[in-house]
Amino acid sequence: MIHIVDYGLGNIQAFVTMYKRLGIDTVLAKTENDLCNVRKLILPGVGAFDHAMELLEASEMRQPLERLVLQEKVPVLGICVGMQILACSSDEGIGAGLGWVDGRVRSFAGNAASAALPMPHMGWNDVVPAAGSPLFKGLEADARFYFLHSYYFECADSTNSAASADYGFNFDCAVQNDNVYGVQFHPEKSHHWGAALLKNFAEL
Amino acid sequence: MLRPRIIPCLLVHQGGLVKTVEFKDPKYVGDPINAVKIFNEKEADELVVLDIDATVKGAEPDYRMIANLAAECRMPLCYGGGVRSPQQAKMIIGLGVEKVAMSAAAVEDVTLVTRTADAVGRQSVVVVLDVRKKTGLFSKGYEVFTRNGKQVHKGDPIEIALRMQEAGAGEIVINSIDRDGLMKGYDLALAARMRQELRVPLTLLGGAGSHQDIEALLAECGVVGASAGSLFVFKGPYRAVLINYPNPEQKDGICRAGLATHFSK
Repeated sequence: MIHIVDYGLGNIQAFVTMYKRLGIDTVLAKTENDLCNVRKLILPGVGAFDHAMELLEASEMRQPLERLVLQEKVPVLGICVGMQILACSSDEGIGAGLGWVDGRVRSFAGNAASAALPMPHMGWNDVVPAAGSPLFKGLEADARFYFLHSYYFECADSTNSAASADYGFNFDCAVQNDNVYGVQFHPEKSHHWGAALLKNFAEL
Repeated sequence: MLRPRIIPCLLVHQGGLVKTVEFKDPKYVGDPINAVKIFNEKEADELVVLDIDATVKGAEPDYRMIANLAAECRMPLCYGGGVRSPQQAKMIIGLGVEKVAMSAAAVEDVTLVTRTADAVGRQSVVVVLDVRKKTGLFSKGYEVFTRNGKQVHKGDPIEIALRMQEAGAGEIVINSIDRDGLMKGYDLALAARMRQELRVPLTLLGGAGSHQDIEALLAECGVVGASAGSLFVFKGPYRAVLINYPNPEQKDGICRAGLATHFSK
């Protein structure tokens, strides 16, 4: 059973469809009342950093989520902007992030190594998982995912990097801090590679 | 390394899928949902679905059809057709579509691109430019058309594309009207100029007739989107309808062959 945090941002239906195919039940959590018997959480999101944080605050689910994730250690997977808001802050916005994984979200355009490349970073890129990362079990030799973003996560502590991808330089495209996981790419739109990753998360 | 995207482009006309030649003579090639299911199985990189009726009829996008397509689609999906406002784009993204394409409305009012990028993020805003090589005796260059090739617009396609990029487009799709359905290769000269000028991801559509045509495009432009209609819905010289897509080995081969010169540079 997976709870998908539905705070009004992101392609919720794609996760529901993907997990249905995998034979795993999902629940949409729109309010605090939907967050009972939670075993796994998915935090989706597309769009801008500040907008995502504002919507999450407005949903009044931030506090119950922090209790589940930080105290009860329920595994959570942030995806795309849902991953970026795990950081402390972002070049894209002025507000603070959740701070569940120490780091800052940076702009590709502001990095000399990627500034000359087409923006946004759009398409399928090869992903190199960190050794032993449970999210990428079975994907060590061949991991390929769909990306669509202009900002990237920069871990403050490199041991929190769960995978990297190359766009002018190697950036942290997946993060893990204990029970908090995040991926920049879209596993829900990444064919069998994405299905494998979402299954791995469900089976943690 | 970021890979080139190989993208089937499906045209919707009167509720069914069609394929045109030079934007004319739509030939029925099947059911949209069925096609999406097949491209799921073949693990296509992305899918573009364009409703070629909506704008010319002045109709709203068919949200029910879009919702059905999005629910079925297990790859990134770009929808275009009849989108004239940020609200419509927001609604379409909310149905589970990654990118929204605009053409006529964007060319007619460039502020729409900015307003839509503000509403859904520029990564989800695609501008499609339908272009045709000028054919008169003393003419050179290209013209931009909208409304299924019926309305011509002043200005060089590159300048218009740059204006769209400036306004907030996250991707530009160049669709060659005079190559549509002919399967004789992409307009490589135009593609190369566009790649050189633009800073956003670029996708070419129109003319692909073989995997070699895609290789030639990649050799010319490096990592871009290579989109095609006929190539992925017809098989053989008699254009029998058969949905197809390169398998993983073929796809790796196309990318390797196409990008060989770029790696050695």
